[in-house]
Amino acid sequence: MVEQIIYKTLLASFILILSLLVAMYSTLVERKVAGWFQDRHGPNRAGPWGLLQPLADGIKLFFKEEFMPNSADKFLYILGPSLTMFIALLTSAVIPWGPDLVINGQTYAMQVADINIGILYIFAIVSIGVYGIMIGGWASNNKYALLGAVRASSQMISYELAMSLSIIAIVMMTGSLSMRDIVAQQQGFNWNILYQPLGFLIFLICAFAETNRAPFDLPECETELVGGYHTEYSSMKLGFYLFAEYINMFISGAVMATLFLGGYHFPGLDKLGLSPNVFAFVSFMVLFAKITFFGFIYMWIRWTLPRFRYDQLMKLGWKSLIPLAILNVVITGVVILLNQ
Amino acid sequence: MMNLTNRSKVVSNKQMTFWERIYIPAILGGMRITFGHLFRRKTTVQYPEVTREFSEIYRGKHVLKRDDDGRERCTACGLCAVACPAEAITMISAERKPGEEHLYREEKYASVYEINMLRCIFCGDCEDACPKEAIFLTREMVRSEYARGKFIFGKAELVEPFDPAKRIDISKRQTPEVLEFKKNRSYKHNR
Repeated sequence: MVEQIIYKTLLASFILILSLLVAMYSTLVERKVAGWFQDRHGPNRAGPWGLLQPLADGIKLFFKEEFMPNSADKFLYILGPSLTMFIALLTSAVIPWGPDLVINGQTYAMQVADINIGILYIFAIVSIGVYGIMIGGWASNNKYALLGAVRASSQMISYELAMSLSIIAIVMMTGSLSMRDIVAQQQGFNWNILYQPLGFLIFLICAFAETNRAPFDLPECETELVGGYHTEYSSMKLGFYLFAEYINMFISGAVMATLFLGGYHFPGLDKLGLSPNVFAFVSFMVLFAKITFFGFIYMWIRWTLPRFRYDQLMKLGWKSLIPLAILNVVITGVVILLNQ
Repeated sequence: MMNLTNRSKVVSNKQMTFWERIYIPAILGGMRITFGHLFRRKTTVQYPEVTREFSEIYRGKHVLKRDDDGRERCTACGLCAVACPAEAITMISAERKPGEEHLYREEKYASVYEINMLRCIFCGDCEDACPKEAIFLTREMVRSEYARGKFIFGKAELVEPFDPAKRIDISKRQTPEVLEFKKNRSYKHNR
């Protein structure tokens, strides 16, 4: 029992540090990829290939002036970015990172919490995510920040619907809300994306909208709203908002890989006869590769597509994605019924 | 009506087909284009390590020439300052004392000669105006600085080294035709 508690603590710390590291280097990768897409090099001055650039950016953010508007609500102003960061990190708790480890004859699950309503937990956390932005925008007492926050909240609520509906089809197929069961059912090449291509597409689009990434980055639309909800933020509080976006990218990549791309499974990997711990490690790397792939997709889309207009965004969400998601649920239901 | 170019396209307001309306093929097409750019040759010139190729007659930082005996050619006549459209050049003249004949070519010289490199537009008019072949623009760049004051270049930065081996070659900017033109006293410019 004690060992389990120590193990869980270590695993949680490891995942926390991993998400922070990944988010840190995503900023560099983002700028590098942006550079390559535009026939440039991207940052390459700080350290070899610019590897120290995230460090330099972090130091810069720490040393910037801590500015707070006179009319801001002090408590909420600080709560906004903290909440955003906290919630971004919270989602990773239910993601199964790999198969069980075996240490001294005891098995340890590579998942911080295997709650049987894992998917509901993710939806709950994602819905709270909007509070961080809304509180920050409201507390700034600035019209641009407030408009950005209102946009963010209505956008996130609209797209959460289609997102949940696309997941319902998966839940119907799996018959379980636990992330662990969903991964276990996708063993080998039995990936959900092959059965739910439409559901995957809807989920992908909604994930872009939920993380406020281009082409859905209207909440921080600089052409209209100066900086959107973080207009009045500076120093590390701004850093938290920007950082949380990259953590969200990482976690949503993990969720998509888990739900649709078979999690840590890879065809033929379990037939290689590796020892359990090596197998767990390789599987974890497989999952990590899938997350990296999604991270690249995020950046690829961002540097390809222009931003939506707000009415287009709402039209896409309510008039296209939600009916499609409902259709997907109905088709899935009919197919399941016919196969019984 | 005659077309100015053959690039004009007729715009139509036709209804989009289903495939056009769902945008997915168009998005994939766009992603294909951007992906192609990942592996293109980068257009960046890594400046301090690599400098781009300059023309032989590039107009960069100025040099104040010495003559073959190492004496400063400039006589502080002020024609360059008058010609300068950006009013970047200032100078103070002084009289050559006995015993300074090896330093200055003529009886008058510039004790202070300053060019404000932030004002200078590198047009080369000073060079055209100079009757003594004293000032030329070179292929050297003006380096960047943190303080504005450092961009006011005095004689220390501008006069070329005394050592004949280190003199700055301006033969590309001063072609034989220009030399010939400057010798012709019948032009008002050269009087």
